[in-house]
Amino acid sequence: MIREIVIVSGKGGTGKTSLTAAFAALAKNSILCDADVDAADLHLLMQPEVKEQTDFMGGSKAVIDPDLCTGCGTCRTLCRFDAISDRYEVDPIRCEGCGVCVDFCPEQAIAFPVQRCGEWYVSDTRFGPMVHARLGIAEENSGRLVSLIRTETKKRAEERGLDLILTDGPPGIGCPVIAAIGGATALVIVVEPTVSGIHDMERVVDLAAHFKVPGMVIVNKFDLNVKMTETIEKLAVKRNIVVLGRVPFDPVFTHSMVQGQNLFEYGEETPTRQVVRDIWAKIVSSPSMNPLGIVDFKATIQ
Amino acid sequence: MIISIASGKGGTGKTTVATNLALALGERVELLDCDVEEPNAHLFLKPQIERTERVDTPIPLVDEAKCTFCRKCAEICRFNAIAVVGRQVLVFPELCHSCGGCMAVCPEGAITEIGRELGTVNSGHRGTISFKNGRLRVGEAMSPPLIKKVRAARDPGRITLIDAPPGTSCPVIAAMNGADFILMVTEPTPFGLHDLKLAVEAVKLLGIPCGLVVNRADVGDDKVFAYAREEELPILLTIPFDRRIAEAYSRGETMVEALPEWEPKFLRLFADIEAIIERGAAK
Repeated sequence: MIREIVIVSGKGGTGKTSLTAAFAALAKNSILCDADVDAADLHLLMQPEVKEQTDFMGGSKAVIDPDLCTGCGTCRTLCRFDAISDRYEVDPIRCEGCGVCVDFCPEQAIAFPVQRCGEWYVSDTRFGPMVHARLGIAEENSGRLVSLIRTETKKRAEERGLDLILTDGPPGIGCPVIAAIGGATALVIVVEPTVSGIHDMERVVDLAAHFKVPGMVIVNKFDLNVKMTETIEKLAVKRNIVVLGRVPFDPVFTHSMVQGQNLFEYGEETPTRQVVRDIWAKIVSSPSMNPLGIVDFKATIQ
Repeated sequence: MIISIASGKGGTGKTTVATNLALALGERVELLDCDVEEPNAHLFLKPQIERTERVDTPIPLVDEAKCTFCRKCAEICRFNAIAVVGRQVLVFPELCHSCGGCMAVCPEGAITEIGRELGTVNSGHRGTISFKNGRLRVGEAMSPPLIKKVRAARDPGRITLIDAPPGTSCPVIAAMNGADFILMVTEPTPFGLHDLKLAVEAVKLLGIPCGLVVNRADVGDDKVFAYAREEELPILLTIPFDRRIAEAYSRGETMVEALPEWEPKFLRLFADIEAIIERGAAK
């Protein structure tokens, strides 16, 4: 059985990618997936060597042919996204790709070409294979791209006999996050001990409950506010979320990022490394990763 | 005047800048928190919420008594949100983009619309500062229509500050489009720079003038500064890493309240933005 851990946070900038990269160094027989397609950063720590590259074709957008357009106004009346100007030009940023104008234009003056919305890659890294993507600037369909690369990651894991998918998730709780967590084995929620961190965590926990994915929580930079850390841990217990541990505020994360490395590659052994190792051990042996108490999984992980 | 505060990367300090700027400017502003997935500005501004309004998006309701199962609705829908299976029409509300195509195409007039809840818009005040935020319903995927609703009835007599969501895709565009100025908050790290570049590309697409706030300016490396020089992006404010700021933030306190020496710096930031907008208008 292939397990998938998705690292999420609600709030951005809590340390998802730095921790994902650190876990990648500890996991064996695993594949990485960067599901934060609109601000993907994991590749900056992984330096993936791209082996396959594929265009991501998203939805279509309307284009009016001025030679055929009679200016009858039908499209402007029907468009609910204010995407068509009074000069009958379509604003591609506003166009939702619904095609209603295309179908109703009495002159058939509106084309509806499919858009290339980005690209996705299968790569090799020093920690195993990685599937990642780049969504075009200002593009829609990020949820579809996330679903696509998760499906592709799973396919590669099956082909190569890998046990574990480590997915770096996007921030927030909207479309790309929903696409990133559905059907995952477990979520690892990285929270910072701040009023906004806790507020955003609660919404991610609600979302996890909504889609019935079990969650576990890490408090990162816990020493910025120990009282808030305790509040988060209490809240987690109340919501039936496993508390994995506390990671200190440690500049080593920034220093290693600047070098394009993860926690375990940069510099000397530090107490923070041991904290992260202990957290990883807890994730691997957690009940949600080992349903029915089957522990075979542990043997494949260092 | 509309100033949108954005970043690309999450957690760089958008909300910090937006709330501090609002407090420094006082009665002249309205703050719109358009990070509807994870709205946080209220935790720092602590406004009195006076009104909560549910926001719906229209989805089709099919009257099967009138329906002839001609499938025209299913054919026009690009989002697979409506399907005809035998003598039954299935609507998948969460896939619907509310374009109204099915209703417009139905020859029998069998389709009307009902609402799907997107979330709420909450409005109120902190003293004389006007405040509004959107809260996306948990489980709802589409944030742009809710963001547009938060921005809908703006007060033209005030300076509008928009706290934008992270990223560079459609929700961010919804929070930046039509602004007079984009204030990008970044941090001088490889992640901060990488995501800043993407966000700046999005701003260029929109053709809006842009400037930077570099937060935690003394961590990481100097590549963000080099990039700003190359791109001729003005750095309007630098905030050093200061544990007192981080700890105050963790408790929900703003910089201008915890460290009053910051208030003139935020006023200066606004004056610089105003000057850039005026210079642009003069051109």
